[in-house]
Amino acid sequence: MKFRSKMTDVGCLNHFTRVVNTIAKLNKTCILRLTPDNLYFVLSGKVANGGVSMWCELLQVNFFDEYQIEGVSPDANEICLEVAPDNLSRALKTAQTAKSVKIKLTKKHCPCLTIAAELPSLSSVSRVVTHDIPVEVIPRRLWHDFKEPTMPDFDVSIYLPPLKTMKNVVDRMKNLSNYLVIEANLSGEMNLKIETDLVSVTTHFKDLGNPPWGDDASQSKSQSRDLEAMAYTRVDIRKLQQFLAGQQVNPSKAMCNIVHKRIVHLILLHEDVSLQYFIPAVA
Amino acid sequence: MDYVATGGNVKVLAKAIHSLSRIGDELYFEHQDDGLALRTVNSSRSAFASFFLSPLFFQRFHTCPGHTFRCKMPVKSVQSVFKSLSSLEKTVEKCRIEWKPERSQLTFTLHCKHGLLKTHNLSFQDCESLQAVFDKEGCPNVLRAQPRLLVDTVLNFPPSLEEVTVSVSGDRMWLKNHVEDKTDQFKAMMTELCLSSEEFDHFSVSLQTSITFCLKELRGLLVFAESTGLPISVFFDDPGRPVVLSVSDSVLEANFVLATLSEDAHQNNNNNSKRASPPTPADDFMCDDMDSYLIAMETSEIAGASSQKEPQPSSSHGPPMPNHRVFLDSVMEEQQQERDEEEDLERPPNKKFRSLFFGSVSPTPSQVANQTTHSQDVLASDSEDEG
Repeated sequence: MKFRSKMTDVGCLNHFTRVVNTIAKLNKTCILRLTPDNLYFVLSGKVANGGVSMWCELLQVNFFDEYQIEGVSPDANEICLEVAPDNLSRALKTAQTAKSVKIKLTKKHCPCLTIAAELPSLSSVSRVVTHDIPVEVIPRRLWHDFKEPTMPDFDVSIYLPPLKTMKNVVDRMKNLSNYLVIEANLSGEMNLKIETDLVSVTTHFKDLGNPPWGDDASQSKSQSRDLEAMAYTRVDIRKLQQFLAGQQVNPSKAMCNIVHKRIVHLILLHEDVSLQYFIPAVA
Repeated sequence: MDYVATGGNVKVLAKAIHSLSRIGDELYFEHQDDGLALRTVNSSRSAFASFFLSPLFFQRFHTCPGHTFRCKMPVKSVQSVFKSLSSLEKTVEKCRIEWKPERSQLTFTLHCKHGLLKTHNLSFQDCESLQAVFDKEGCPNVLRAQPRLLVDTVLNFPPSLEEVTVSVSGDRMWLKNHVEDKTDQFKAMMTELCLSSEEFDHFSVSLQTSITFCLKELRGLLVFAESTGLPISVFFDDPGRPVVLSVSDSVLEANFVLATLSEDAHQNNNNNSKRASPPTPADDFMCDDMDSYLIAMETSEIAGASSQKEPQPSSSHGPPMPNHRVFLDSVMEEQQQERDEEEDLERPPNKKFRSLFFGSVSPTPSQVANQTTHSQDVLASDSEDEG
């Protein structure tokens, strides 16, 4: 099992750092799955994580100048690690001015992801900083927990308003309630609602548009649906807030799929990164 | 006693107080004929910091000749006088400090723009002279760097990190985080940074060594050094001996004396002692052989003998720099040689007693004698501190 990669482009480094920062905001630990073509940050919907799950996919060629991997075995050319994304984020933060950054799997006092950054210095010799981030190697028999989630058979799919606006609204609602109802219909309308004994607040968004899924998914439910009918799900407001807080750049596409009273599925598409986030319904 | 500082020196004074506040709870004022000393020590007495301001630092330095005074007060209350550094810089024109023994008060008067006067009357307590015992000149290793270098270096470590291990060889310095508990090593991110000697203004290492000390105090001094742009000198010796961080210019001198972990503690907690010379990340970065660190983890063995723990021959110190020898008397020179010989042998199982603490609070002759029993060579007190 071997992994080694190198990044030299500042833009790529910044971009990668932003992705990692986003992930770090979502959970303390996550799974990093490495394959010859992609990197995935995965959170499986365990109760310990509050039932949320996440799937973030990066094309390695868009970030790395060098990328070598030798997986567990030839028929399973992958590596699956549990890592604290906060450590990754902190390590990358110190590498922002680096001439090059290497990320590799090493064995020190324990298995580590080693991030070595070559920093500019006052002399002819570069300053080198290395961060050894302890990781846990996930054995192959547990991999099935970290497969790409299937698209839920949603009732409504809708484009999200600017995430910053949404964040402002949700941050304020958070002060009033622990739960938020997110509802939308097929006519491009979405509402964020909270209800408590003292107050009810609803923020209405209009003309958001509904993504055409076409034959892409077997969305039997949404085909025969009344365009005005709202599908809604009540979620833990902190989970939504965490998700919105982590977003540092507006993605090229942001969508939300709602399975009535079951789950909210958020999808962010950047040019070379996609992030999916699932928030389960609470009663 | 009556002191007046003006202009930029008010800010320097304020920064000095802020630096000291990061270390101890009480601020010791001591007036001497050749200047004003501000000192503090932390609660565990493992760190001591002092600023010495010469009469030229002040616009007025009025004293009754032959009269000394000393007092202490909570550093927090002095800090509150200089609370906001940014507004201080803009508004305060001069700062006057008066000693009022009859009321047991120090009065700080800030003369601000538009004739505004802010007066703080701070009660003080009498105290003994606070003094750490250290000798910078006797240290075999002296480094001097611009504050920016150290600030950039420290930034690579997490703010929560308490202790850092500094190792030096003839042409390099390594810093890495020190993790007390073995089990924590499996959770904590380990950071290591290598600096070439070329980045330092002065780099003389005659003793390859590795010391561990608290980052907090270093950060405290860095705040001061960065704002004044003064280079920082680091003087150190074997593990267990204090490390002295020093900043000076023509009108002021700051010395931060920090205890370092003794060799034994070092060995127990951290297998990387000075003989287990630090790994060489620089080389490893340059000539990258994939197989050298990519290891089959499926067949995972216990992490035991990694290459960095292998002892390396250590007989490679250069000759001690002559300019340090100047300060050593002949007896010490012998000791130095003895020590050098020791270095060349296999590691002695148990070295001399190393205290985590060092002398402070008006060392009486007997205390000084006590101190010297075990580490004879470096215990001349610093010249500025004669009370």
